[in-house]
Amino acid sequence: MAEYSALALLKNAFNGNKDWKPAWRKPQPKASYDVIVVGGGGHGLATAYYLAKEHGITNVAVLEKGWLGSGNVGRNTVTVRSNYLLPPNTRFYEYSMKLWENLSHDLNYNVMFSQRGVLNLAHSPAQFDDYARRGNAMRHQGADSELMTPAEIKRLMPAIDISGNARFPIYGGLMQPRAGTARHDAVAWGYARGADRRGVDIVENCEVTGFLRDGDRIVGVSTSRGEIRAKKVAVAVAGSTGRVMQLAGIDRLPIESHVLQAFVTESLKPFLDTVVTFGMGHCYINQSDKGGLVYGGDIDGYNSYAQRGNLPIVEDVMAEMLAMFPSLSGVRLLRSWGGVCDMSMDGSPVIAKGPLPGMYLNCGWCYGGFKATPASGFCFAHTIARDEPHDLNAAFTLDRFRRGILIDEKGQGATPRLH
Amino acid sequence: MSPRRTEQGGRIDRARTIRFTFDGAAYSGHPGDTLASALLANGVSLFGRSFKYHRPRGVLAAGVDEPNALVTILRGEAREPNIPATMVEIHDGLVAESQNRFPSLSWDVSAVNQLAGPLISGGFYYKTFMGPIIGPLKGTRFWMVCERFIRRAAGLGRAGTVPDKARYERMNAFCDVLVVGAGPAGLTAAKAAAEKGARVILADLEPRLGGSANWSGEVIDGKPAAEWAAAAVNDLRAVDNVRLLPRTTVWGYYDGNTLAALERVSDHKQHPAKGEPRHRQWTIRAKTVVLATGALERPLVFPGNDRPGVMLAGAAERYANEFGVLPGQKVAVFTNNDSAYRAAHALKQAGAAIVAIIDVRADISADMLDFAGKAETEMLPGHAVVAAEGGRKLTGIKVQRFDAASGTVSGEPRSVAVDCLLMSGGWSPAIHLASQAGAKAEWNEALQAFLPPKPTQKWTGAGAFTGAFSTDEAIEQGHAAGLAACSAGRDHFDAPAIEAAPGAPGSEPVFEIQVTGKSFVDFQHDVTAEDVRLAHREGFVSVEHLKRYTTLGMATDQGKTSNVPGLAIMAAALGKAIPQVGTTRFRPPYSAVSIGSLAGERHGDLKPERLTPMHDWHIANGATMYSAGLWWRPQIYGHAGETVEQAYVRETKGTRGTAGIVDVSTLGKIAVQGPDAAELLDRVYTNMFSTLAVGKARYGLMLREDGLAFDDGTTWRLGEQDFLMTTTTANAGKVMQHLEYFLDVIWPELKVTITSVTDQWAGAAIGGPNARAILAACVEGTAVDNAALPFMGIVHGEIGGVPVMICRLSFSGEMAFEVYCGADWGTHVWETLMEVGKPFGLVPYGLEALGTMRIEKGHVTGAEIDGRTTARDLHLDWMLSKKKPFVGSAMMDREGLVAADRLQLVGIVSLDNRPLNGGAHIVEQLDEENPHGSIGHITACCYSPSLGKYIALALVEGGKARHGSRAFTSDPLRGRFGPVEIVSHHFFDPEGSRMHG
Amino acid sequence: MLITCPYCGPRDLSEFTYQGDGNRQRPAPNSQDLDAWNAYVYDRQNPAGDHNEIWQHSGGCRIHIRVVRNTLTHAISSAVPVRGHHGGKA
Repeated sequence: MAEYSALALLKNAFNGNKDWKPAWRKPQPKASYDVIVVGGGGHGLATAYYLAKEHGITNVAVLEKGWLGSGNVGRNTVTVRSNYLLPPNTRFYEYSMKLWENLSHDLNYNVMFSQRGVLNLAHSPAQFDDYARRGNAMRHQGADSELMTPAEIKRLMPAIDISGNARFPIYGGLMQPRAGTARHDAVAWGYARGADRRGVDIVENCEVTGFLRDGDRIVGVSTSRGEIRAKKVAVAVAGSTGRVMQLAGIDRLPIESHVLQAFVTESLKPFLDTVVTFGMGHCYINQSDKGGLVYGGDIDGYNSYAQRGNLPIVEDVMAEMLAMFPSLSGVRLLRSWGGVCDMSMDGSPVIAKGPLPGMYLNCGWCYGGFKATPASGFCFAHTIARDEPHDLNAAFTLDRFRRGILIDEKGQGATPRLH
Repeated sequence: MSPRRTEQGGRIDRARTIRFTFDGAAYSGHPGDTLASALLANGVSLFGRSFKYHRPRGVLAAGVDEPNALVTILRGEAREPNIPATMVEIHDGLVAESQNRFPSLSWDVSAVNQLAGPLISGGFYYKTFMGPIIGPLKGTRFWMVCERFIRRAAGLGRAGTVPDKARYERMNAFCDVLVVGAGPAGLTAAKAAAEKGARVILADLEPRLGGSANWSGEVIDGKPAAEWAAAAVNDLRAVDNVRLLPRTTVWGYYDGNTLAALERVSDHKQHPAKGEPRHRQWTIRAKTVVLATGALERPLVFPGNDRPGVMLAGAAERYANEFGVLPGQKVAVFTNNDSAYRAAHALKQAGAAIVAIIDVRADISADMLDFAGKAETEMLPGHAVVAAEGGRKLTGIKVQRFDAASGTVSGEPRSVAVDCLLMSGGWSPAIHLASQAGAKAEWNEALQAFLPPKPTQKWTGAGAFTGAFSTDEAIEQGHAAGLAACSAGRDHFDAPAIEAAPGAPGSEPVFEIQVTGKSFVDFQHDVTAEDVRLAHREGFVSVEHLKRYTTLGMATDQGKTSNVPGLAIMAAALGKAIPQVGTTRFRPPYSAVSIGSLAGERHGDLKPERLTPMHDWHIANGATMYSAGLWWRPQIYGHAGETVEQAYVRETKGTRGTAGIVDVSTLGKIAVQGPDAAELLDRVYTNMFSTLAVGKARYGLMLREDGLAFDDGTTWRLGEQDFLMTTTTANAGKVMQHLEYFLDVIWPELKVTITSVTDQWAGAAIGGPNARAILAACVEGTAVDNAALPFMGIVHGEIGGVPVMICRLSFSGEMAFEVYCGADWGTHVWETLMEVGKPFGLVPYGLEALGTMRIEKGHVTGAEIDGRTTARDLHLDWMLSKKKPFVGSAMMDREGLVAADRLQLVGIVSLDNRPLNGGAHIVEQLDEENPHGSIGHITACCYSPSLGKYIALALVEGGKARHGSRAFTSDPLRGRFGPVEIVSHHFFDPEGSRMHG
Repeated sequence: MLITCPYCGPRDLSEFTYQGDGNRQRPAPNSQDLDAWNAYVYDRQNPAGDHNEIWQHSGGCRIHIRVVRNTLTHAISSAVPVRGHHGGKA
């Protein structure tokens, strides 16, 4: 398949763009594979890509129920950052950041990763100290972070309200300059194309309807397109983890599915270069290259698989956005949508072998799945190929809850709606 | 009279003239005009520039579906970008400007993008801009350089940076029947339901209710349809049980039949009334909804279909009939269905010349031919427009013979000079709300349209929304829907007689004339038919991939005109039927909604403020207030010229030297009462409360179910069955809910009532060597000596004639008392204490001094009980009763929670006599260049006047085992590094001799 | 979303606090069965379909309500006070 480049674009432009080929093949599934990855989202596709690239395992199928990237990789608010407090998270997300920084080259696909910075606003000295703790934790793990004063913040985003009159005045902020945004769909497509070029079969419209077993062992899946056997079956279906794992007889997991809404305004001329988050509540906002302000807030807070939410959160998010940018009241919300999040019991993910023999599980991403995509695929591939976790995901076990070895970034305990 | 204004007709008030400006030029119009109709009447043809190619664009539509004519409305310094000119009612003084052009709308340098067309086809950016692999532009740098230019070129209007002072408000409404859309179907439905006594809300996004009746030119009940509608509206206005909401877009259909609507209250007014909001956000809970939202016309896809002057036929009909404006003088019509003939007729009647009607169908019904005859036009059946020509204005079209079955053209193209081309590609019911409510739409082959799905919530449909495109059907359905909505049976209905233009519903399945040239599907985003086919070639064939790869349907109009044509072109490329390609699920909002309206009254006032009863005193006495959650609390009572550190050191010294007083009204307070009150406390606290004597208090610790520390506080036993629990300020609400959950869900057998009394009590903590003497000097009705009021004892008495409750307990480490009284008396008691305390050296102190004294004592707060620490981590294991189970007891000993390397509470002393920083980390080996090896962090720090040192509390791996060892503070964020000693967290008076007195 | 509080009638979602899976069984207070505690604290059925769950009418009468709600459609089929309706199954 042809390399993408400016030259290729030029050549095809003269050709009426008639010679472009599909970005990935549409193969019929084979009867068996070395590895089946259930879930054609960002994580599943990245897993297949790194299985092929890092471990030479190319007899792999990615099975997707609907269209590729129809889950959360195509529904998130595109922020990439590694500004985490707890070492297992900081290390993992910082590794992901390093993969992001070279991802477009690696995939020969422009995923538009733009390191425009992510700024968390602090509204009191206590919150500022809290952020300082986090920023210092990042620095001690090799990630970048800086504290900013209100005046510096104002220079960065002129429309922000730093007047002391605000209900929650801005006291300062924690900035991660290397953080930023990427084009979410491009990540799915780029990984799909990259995996496909290395021989992975990507099978869309192929719903897993059951797991094939040999005793306890998982030996394949039954699908809407027939039975497919595999030495190893890896599940990466965040948002549908409960549903899919029930097919394998696992009817309880430390996960609740919650709906998270996201919003975009009409296109505007450049207004905001940085990703910024409000500290008294939950609202994060960035401006896409097309010009829309992309933003979101908390999950709705109840179990849902419906991919749509309700008004109370909509109103909360808008109010918080205007608390930051009171000039935006006349700008208009264009579209809202919902994604289903795997909310885990400590707010951190699971990338592990098991829980059944022959099976591997990647789930529990809460809000954090998009930025994790490269490292998640990288670590999951390692875990599948080597049958043991990479150092980076060694802490993301399924049994950590039972054992009390929690990675609770927000300190909220087993109340998923608060993570 | 402007050249394009008709001699007569239209629902505008020609007697009055309105003056406004567009791009700085002055124009005039009449009441009833939209910005679009008024500018058209003034002969303006160029309204905007498209998103990518910056092509000149005119007006395509007449309503909410307009993709091209977007403007920015200026209100003082506030800017409202991206408003369709078709939705702006003009008023005197209106200031509008065009967008996405530089330097001007007529001469836009970015129009050069058109030349690069094939190079910047759909999805081109994924294939380039990766940049070099090595060198200064490696990684993401090259892309970020390119991106800067792309961002500048993209975007439409510009948002303001000055806070918008406009008011927005929210309104809740409840009704039996919400009717969405006030066309003939909606009006009839509202009337039918209202007559049955139902509470009805009728909302329509247009200022003028009546929908198609305002422009159809039909006759209903012997009256022009517009007059019939006006009369129907008047009838509805006259009855009490109907609320009319014009200018109100119902944009969201949420769960539980909750609908969201935006009312544009004063946008159309030059001078809004005092206090009148700009927008009002309605949350309408309707028992039933009647969806009568009509249908949207589709364009045809052919080269040049985006030229200014090419317009939807229905829109032109509306401009002529409703606004008295002719979009052109020499008009051609291009259609695949009957509806455009009525438009041709309307324009003819309004004074335009209809040059030709080009119909893709070879067989035209006699009715339509008759129509064409009346329009005195040339009929070109079995023909298609293959090009529309001109730059900023349409100059002509090219027409060729066309075979609808094969989709091919033949014969020689023929040029026709026109200044306006009307097109109609059929109609799509506006099913958005029904789709939002849940289910998938269904394709109807006969109508060539997606019809509403089966209801998943409580709604019925009527009129064009259901695919019933004729007015008599609409009225019939509206009546039935109105009755059904209020559960009334069908009754006799005298349907009004309707004289309507003939015409069959449905259209020929022709969506595109596939010839060479740029044929637009999504006008605003410049998505062409070729882009759709490119997506197909590259495998982006599902409807969602199509949308995402080409951005089709993602523009401000949300694909209202482009959705079905785009699907049809993809279906043709795939050789599949349209429904096999998929349907888009519509999501809120139906049309764009101002963010201000959604924030409502919270715009400018995000959250409530909680003030203690003594708040005004603090302000009057020089306190700097500090935002703590929703509360405002004194940080320091600073003297002139003092730094924060100087102030808290003075306050701390004052307290430890003589006496200090602090407002503790914010502590959570919960009355726990009933026969099983003590039992409840035994279960939720780690320590025992049933053994507590009446008149005594005890410090208690709560865990979560998972065994981690949750909250701490003292609980006072006021009576055998009567306790007053205090919680930390931050956790007051959470503890209350925690207790309620256990009582309601887990232990319903316990006879306990709990009541939040946080706001009922004012509290002051008074401590220091002179504290007891101050109380002795002002408390009446009880002694306060050691016998009457031992440590953790409680007495009742009066201060300044006000009943008070006093508990002797200490957070500061001094001999201290908490004095509680009714909230209304808080300031009085506080002032009395201050007055009496003056000779004793009583000083008020704020949160900084409070924090300093607690750090010196090693007491924990939320900074240490952070949801990740256990009782053992905080050295509170002495509080874990072994005699009883309690919430968290079963889970608290899991391996991860008792591991030796957990973060534990320690004290830290700065060894370089420099201040420590909150959030700094602790390391064993200092490496300023490359910080690493954190073993913990500082949770709270201060200058300790008692020790004369900078100290801190910290959570450090292995904690206690490190007492006495040397480490370093590492704070790269603030460049503060230096040696520290790890010590016990009990810095000051570890024996507690001062508080025990 | 509207939830019908058994005492207050239909009320908006914004008045309620979600308290999660209503099928969880708390072990006896003195139970040392860590599996049972683990299941109670951490494991969820998380069905796609009817879900037995608990809501508190925190912005109203503050009682806890056992609600059966479909997680695919959000449609509520039952809402009763938790007191007197223990161990209800979806």
